[in-house]
Amino acid sequence: MKQIHISINGTRYQVAEHSNLAAVLMTNAIANRRSVSGEPRMAVCGMGSCGECRVTINQQAHQLACLQQCSEGMEVQCEP
Amino acid sequence: MSLNLVIVGAGPAGLAAAWSASQSKANVTLIDQYDQAGGQIWRGGTHAAPKRYQHLFAQQTELRYLNKTHVIGANADHLFLATPNGPQQLAFDRVILANGARELFLPFPGWTLPKVLGVGGLQALVKGGLPIAGKNVVVAGSGPLLVAVASQLKQRGAIVKAVVEQAPLGQLLRFGRSLAGYPSKIGQAAQSIAMLRNTPFYPNTWVVAAEGAGAVQQVRLSNHHSIECDYLACSWSLIANTELAQQLGCKLEHSFVLVDRGQQTSVNHIYAAGELTGIGGEDKAIVEGQIAGFAATGNYQAASQLAHKQAQARQFSQQLATSFALRPELRQLAQANTLVCRCEDVTFEQLQNQPSWRSAKLQTRCGMGVCQGRVCSSATQYLFGWGQDSVRFPIHPVSVADLVMESV
Ligand SMILES: Cc1cc2nc3c(=O)[nH]c(=O)nc-3n(C[C@H](O)[C@H](O)[C@H](O)COP(=O)(O)OP(=O)(O)OC[C@H]3O[C@@H](n4cnc5c(N)ncnc54)[C@H](O)[C@@H]3O)c2cc1C
Ligand code: FES
Repeated sequence: MKQIHISINGTRYQVAEHSNLAAVLMTNAIANRRSVSGEPRMAVCGMGSCGECRVTINQQAHQLACLQQCSEGMEVQCEP
Repeated sequence: MSLNLVIVGAGPAGLAAAWSASQSKANVTLIDQYDQAGGQIWRGGTHAAPKRYQHLFAQQTELRYLNKTHVIGANADHLFLATPNGPQQLAFDRVILANGARELFLPFPGWTLPKVLGVGGLQALVKGGLPIAGKNVVVAGSGPLLVAVASQLKQRGAIVKAVVEQAPLGQLLRFGRSLAGYPSKIGQAAQSIAMLRNTPFYPNTWVVAAEGAGAVQQVRLSNHHSIECDYLACSWSLIANTELAQQLGCKLEHSFVLVDRGQQTSVNHIYAAGELTGIGGEDKAIVEGQIAGFAATGNYQAASQLAHKQAQARQFSQQLATSFALRPELRQLAQANTLVCRCEDVTFEQLQNQPSWRSAKLQTRCGMGVCQGRVCSSATQYLFGWGQDSVRFPIHPVSVADLVMESV
């Protein structure tokens, strides 16, 4: 499988092309977002309905990671 | 001018509808929010689907496929879309709704921990590249999806520590015997069960808590077992995505879209097929989709030939609903400080004295977050018996720019 590079919170990761972004974040134990009371959250439904997986992609906020395939140079920012 | 037919959802029901409709001279537009067609079961493309549906995309057909396109609302003759190129509106003569179901998540202590996710949710992420080989997984909740997904995970090398099903054994055995009437289901069930022969299966049992620091590490069960795990996949049933149908004015019955034998809803020119009209899996989705596609294009003869299969599929759907009915004990899982609304972090305690969903929304912001109540409205409906009030536009969260529509 072709490998590509994406950046998550400023760090470079090598991932398989077309891998699902929510899956990549979970693999690397990176929380997608913080809840209102500060809990770390990761993907739950995997199908674009719960909104727990949202991240900022290429400066666009509130993108659902579970509906995104990784592409070369993608810049992902999670809520700290 | 030929009929302008729009099909929402490119899962088995939507694809079957598109195929039937393509037998007539209709102008068919198929819409899905995902990149690839296939829906929940053929997820990630149509290569897993029957050949005729693959051909839909291959041949020069009249089919127009709009992928990565969310239908976010509707009025009597237009659908409102959020597309990768911005907002658009699409005129229609007829619509077939085939936008499927989602999982029901009920709150229990620890359900918001990372790596506690839906059963279909974990299945989807594993298909999307999440490495599961050698990981300890507990699959819990209710329904045939548990066994199906547990066996798929095991096939990929996961260590399935247990499959935990809330339905009592007697009910499950009765369900098993009833499968004799549905030969296509027996094969699937037998394969999954063979794959899980060394996996502990606990009927009549449910998760009471998930525990761990930073992510789930252990689950506690109602039978007093505790199991260490890396992932807890848990969902309690499937619920239809009825928001769009409601916005179009279609009548619901027991939270599903009400349809007649031709799959027509209570609104003229609006049809519905698949999980939307009752949870019944692939076979039901396909036959209902086919009928809807024929009926919506005036091919009533072809539609009526499928009546027997349709009746069988609906009977199976009934069987599923009774066999896996949720037990009342599940209403007691959430503790005072358990979050019920994950978007706005609203606790059970804050909600339990609210008189209605509407009041809960106003007083606590429950259901006002990003999921727009898609998770918590169904949970509170089960926990407190609240009904949802009218469906807001847009039905999916969108940017402000998406609300300024252009025609396509
Ligand atoms: C998470 C999950 C996992 C499942 N896994 C299995 C399995 O492994 N095996 C099995 O037999 N059954 C599975 N099922 C059951 C499944 O629902 C049926 O088997 C079958 O896929 C139903 O077909 P359908 O066409 O009715 O709906 P679906 O297959 O759900 O298709 C609906 C389609 O509509 C699209 N859609 C929804 N809303 C919108 C919108 N507003 N705008 C645009 N597009 C939209 C979705 O993207 C989806 O592609 C699963 C269900 C769920 C919810
Ligand atoms: S995981 Fe639920 S929307 Fe992405």
